[in-house]
Amino acid sequence: MLELTAVSLLNGVVYGLLLFMLTSGLTLIFSMMGVLNFAHASVFMLGAYFSFQFGRWIGFWPALVLAPLACGLIGAAIERYGLRHVHTKGHVAEILFTFGLAYLIEELVTMLWGRNAVASSVPESIDFPLFALFGTSFPAYKGLMMAISVTMFAFLFLALKRTRIGLIIQAALTHPQMAGALGHDVPGLFVLVFAVGSALAGLAGVIGGVMWLTQPTLAHFVGPIVFVVVVVGGLGSLSGALIASMFIGIVQTFAVAVDYSLLDLFRVLGIGVTRASPLYEFYAIKVATAAPIVPYLLLVLMLIVRPRGLLGTRDA
Amino acid sequence: MVRRARRMIWLALAGTLAAGPAAADVKIAFIDPLSGGAASTGILAQKTHQFYIDAINAAGGINGEKIQLLSFDNKVNPQESLIQLKKALDEGARFVVQGNGSSIALAITEAVQKHNERNPGKEVLFLNYAAVDPALTNEKCNFWHFRFDADADMKMAAMTDVIGKDPRIKAVYLINQDYSFGKAVAAAARKMLNEKRPDIKIVGDELHPLQKVQDFSPYVAKIKASGADTVITGNWSNDMVLLIKAGKDAGLKVGWQTYYGGSPGTVTAIGEAGVDTLKQVSEWHKNALPELDATVVAFDKRYPGKENEYAYWRARNMWEMFSLAAKKAQSNDPIKMGKALEGMKLQTALGDVEMRADNHQILQPLYVSTLSKGVKYDSEGSGLGWKSDAKVDGKATALPTTCKMERPA
Repeated sequence: MLELTAVSLLNGVVYGLLLFMLTSGLTLIFSMMGVLNFAHASVFMLGAYFSFQFGRWIGFWPALVLAPLACGLIGAAIERYGLRHVHTKGHVAEILFTFGLAYLIEELVTMLWGRNAVASSVPESIDFPLFALFGTSFPAYKGLMMAISVTMFAFLFLALKRTRIGLIIQAALTHPQMAGALGHDVPGLFVLVFAVGSALAGLAGVIGGVMWLTQPTLAHFVGPIVFVVVVVGGLGSLSGALIASMFIGIVQTFAVAVDYSLLDLFRVLGIGVTRASPLYEFYAIKVATAAPIVPYLLLVLMLIVRPRGLLGTRDA
Repeated sequence: MVRRARRMIWLALAGTLAAGPAAADVKIAFIDPLSGGAASTGILAQKTHQFYIDAINAAGGINGEKIQLLSFDNKVNPQESLIQLKKALDEGARFVVQGNGSSIALAITEAVQKHNERNPGKEVLFLNYAAVDPALTNEKCNFWHFRFDADADMKMAAMTDVIGKDPRIKAVYLINQDYSFGKAVAAAARKMLNEKRPDIKIVGDELHPLQKVQDFSPYVAKIKASGADTVITGNWSNDMVLLIKAGKDAGLKVGWQTYYGGSPGTVTAIGEAGVDTLKQVSEWHKNALPELDATVVAFDKRYPGKENEYAYWRARNMWEMFSLAAKKAQSNDPIKMGKALEGMKLQTALGDVEMRADNHQILQPLYVSTLSKGVKYDSEGSGLGWKSDAKVDGKATALPTTCKMERPA
């Protein structure tokens, strides 16, 4: 039991940190510009593909730097030449724009790299078990991922709280019109935030592509969950995103390990339920089987109970 | 300018219509995932079917008519499949080919049966090349459905025969996809292990969402904690690759007894860690015969690349029987061809193959094989390949059936 708990906790933290890498960029974009960027997960996927391609040409380590940079440039271009024009047409247009963009990226990726997963692999220098926990080895690249994620949080946190540009971004978060009226270049800031957000997604993609499978459906897999993290964590809150990511990562991982169902609860409570009872099939679903829906349940509950999220300052 | 553009579009449209197929073609609808998580499997199958159909057409077609394969993307979704089936019927398809996903096959076989009852004279045959839920040839069987792959029970029988002879196996963990096929695999494993090796403990019975899990680490932690020495799984496509990958990352030391360990990407994902531990049950593997079959060589030449590695030997049997049935029936009419298929026997390089008349289940040799080093033909350029542990003759794979079939007059 202790073994399973420890390993699950570790898995949950790994998953949570990866989720955080993925969502930290989106939470900036979402909260600052109010753009529901459906293409964020697609940029994550691009990061995975870029790192595969650059990794082939010049090796993994340069790719770890270049792939996020490329994603950042693409993000900046998307904002400067796409979103900025759509922005004036309102939120529906923006959503449709990023939605279309997500499809476009998926099709492009399919055309360039094919439908099958490409063989993304880590260099041998980090492909060894870092340590073993109760006999379950922990690959070094996951350790690298955790280190990157934590560094990213520290860097972003300091940049937002301790630098001038961070202060302006924070101001634009809550009072965009006011920040603009004071003479700050809010559109320029938008490009910057979008570029940084996309670069962070790309960085997450480099690691995510190795941990999971680099294939055109990667964006579909992670697309919905990043919004859950942003909403649960709270708009504009980096710490909120971190807490929400860790929470969702750990809860989902532990849910898989729980082999109990509502039936067991009824048994403990002394309520008699038999196969003939209505909804028996539903009661018999194990928590483990329902694990993937846990984050969405959390999303719905959060929107009902506390629409601004854990540490948010504005309602979603 | 606009008017000219519009005229160009009309001309282009007219051109495509005129270039369309001749009306006499035999249309076959291929309904399978061509996008999404299972696309790799669907697209490989599409190429394989096209390859064998082209061979039939090159030899003059069936009864003088050419075969045309129409592809429909069902996104591994039963509802979407029925919409695509309707589309296929509207386009005049009289044969339906599907394989990925038993939940879909069950929907299609029911829809085909209804269609055939309501549209006499326009009957459709369903050629199932990979959906292996036993129900399809038992309680849900009908005359219109023919299965060219061994069902989950038949494969499990072969797998448990090998497990039964291995005294090292003491604790087994079942992990499968949460839908009809995964449940069928788990049920068959429980039943047959209990019969053949009652001393083996089943330490886990897991169902996970179909093609939705990205990170299998939590499941691997559970397998590890259960103390299992062997994992039985019917997972396919991404679910297979990611499970194996998570197991390798965590240093999980178990024997993998799989249905689809040979599916694209799996060997690459497990690499050296799978040597002597990854096993699969299949109707063919690259080293089943001393030399590669000529059609396999030709396929690899036409579709080079790792993602196109030949995998569907059963498609070879299927299309050989299909063209033989047309010849025997002297007609391309689905009813007549269906009757010709019943009880049809075929001699192949691997052994005798027969289409059972009572439930339309093919009987073909099955191999249990292990990923090994130093084999003649490797998989995915990994230097590792499959080596036979055991071969079961077609006849010996037969299991009793509960099918009661009504045949058209």
